[in-house]
Amino acid sequence: MNDFLGIDWFFLATSLAKTLGIIFLVVLPMVSYTVYAERRISALIQDRLGPNRTGIPFTNIHMEGLGQPIADAVKFLLKEDLTPAHVNTFYFWLAPCLAMAPSLLTLSVIPFGSWLFGVPMVIANVNIGILFVFAIASLSVYGIVLAGWSSNSKYSFLGGVRSTSQMISYELSLGLSVIPLFLLLGKLNLVDIVDYQARNGWLLLPLWGEGLTLRRWLLLIPLLISFVVFTISIFAETNRLPFDLPEAETELVAGYHTEYSSMKFALFFLGEYAAMITGSSLIVTLFLGGWHLPIPWWSSGAGFHFALVDGAAPGIPGILGGLFNIATFFGKVAVLLAFFIWVRWTLPRFRYDQLMRLGWIFFFEIALVNIFLTAGILFYLP
Amino acid sequence: MIKDYLPILIQAVVAIGFAASALVVSIILGKAGKRNPTKDTAYECGMLPEGNAQPRFSVKFYQVAMLFILFDIEIVFMYPWAVVFREFVRAHHPVIFWSMLSFVSILTVGYVYAIKKGALDWKK
Repeated sequence: MNDFLGIDWFFLATSLAKTLGIIFLVVLPMVSYTVYAERRISALIQDRLGPNRTGIPFTNIHMEGLGQPIADAVKFLLKEDLTPAHVNTFYFWLAPCLAMAPSLLTLSVIPFGSWLFGVPMVIANVNIGILFVFAIASLSVYGIVLAGWSSNSKYSFLGGVRSTSQMISYELSLGLSVIPLFLLLGKLNLVDIVDYQARNGWLLLPLWGEGLTLRRWLLLIPLLISFVVFTISIFAETNRLPFDLPEAETELVAGYHTEYSSMKFALFFLGEYAAMITGSSLIVTLFLGGWHLPIPWWSSGAGFHFALVDGAAPGIPGILGGLFNIATFFGKVAVLLAFFIWVRWTLPRFRYDQLMRLGWIFFFEIALVNIFLTAGILFYLP
Repeated sequence: MIKDYLPILIQAVVAIGFAASALVVSIILGKAGKRNPTKDTAYECGMLPEGNAQPRFSVKFYQVAMLFILFDIEIVFMYPWAVVFREFVRAHHPVIFWSMLSFVSILTVGYVYAIKKGALDWKK
């Protein structure tokens, strides 16, 4: 049955189930509730109330405004879908799809759990892992540049040009900052990277396994630099404040999506938040141990140690462990998303020359020196 | 090998399908308003559009794009190097360290030249 017609149907079915589950049950609800969280947290920071009314329709139940994202989605669908006559229609329609699809596609190589029911909790376990992420993530530039160019409007055009320039500049430091990780691990596969961290200490928390060696603690310095450069570059790649020049309201109205309305605008909006989720997942996977959470444990045989919650164990403990690992992963992602939001409502925007200087001079040089620092430590301290 | 990439294809179909179907549903359900000439002009804060919609812009943007291609290729060369690095360390081959350092120092000459030429100075 498993090999009917030469096709592994079990593999196909589980892949499809994972894809649909992750996109429709996890990421898209997470995207809409991140928008809600953003509005509530910004209100909290600015001493306002935020959306706290929308609850169950036709009743008096408000539920702290938790119905807001659903109401927003319905509104986006029902609004007039205007394609102005002065735009280049084909690319005008293509751009929102190109802004949304890459961030969902990138998620396919990120391990979001260990094992569940004997199935690995990653959609595609490919060897090139991080290269695939960079290849697909750079496609999202096309969405923005096409939107800016096809709109035939000055604000959109300038927003698109700025954004392209910014995103490709920070792609350099993004690519350079993760190389120290691969010098240490010798693999590009994200599943292997998380497995290594589960056994030998998170890259930023080397407290067990191989992580207790002097070399790993010395490597903490370059890895911390990598982490900071990578995180800030993710902020720039997702066009979040303090790097939101493509849509700087005071100068460009709404930047590249000035001419968009209805669902086409919503796709840009959701795409930005989906990119935030993908970026946070990457940070969690690479530096913060992915789905792994160390549990301090004491047993008479092994003494004090950190227990590994194993989703591959047989029976009920395995299932509970697998679910626990998935919850851990998305919990970490949620914490990072809250950090994204906090930063946005705290920092002011950069000026364009400062932004380019930061990317090209500061981060580029730091990341390059960091690689040779790591290589030196690895080579001369075996 | 190729089987590992099959789920990516599924994910691509679902992701693009979601974006496309959201647009289609919005066309079907969305209210179509009356067209009028002002809706068909570019938005410039309520004023009538002025001049060319795609104005001339700084040549710096092109320079950044060209420099990006140069240095991005450099980074791509570093990935295979990073992957084989450990094996060379085990065999104690210093060549792995110094070869990449010399490769990067050649590129650094170009980088310093670009900075001195003011290609990355946006104030000019």
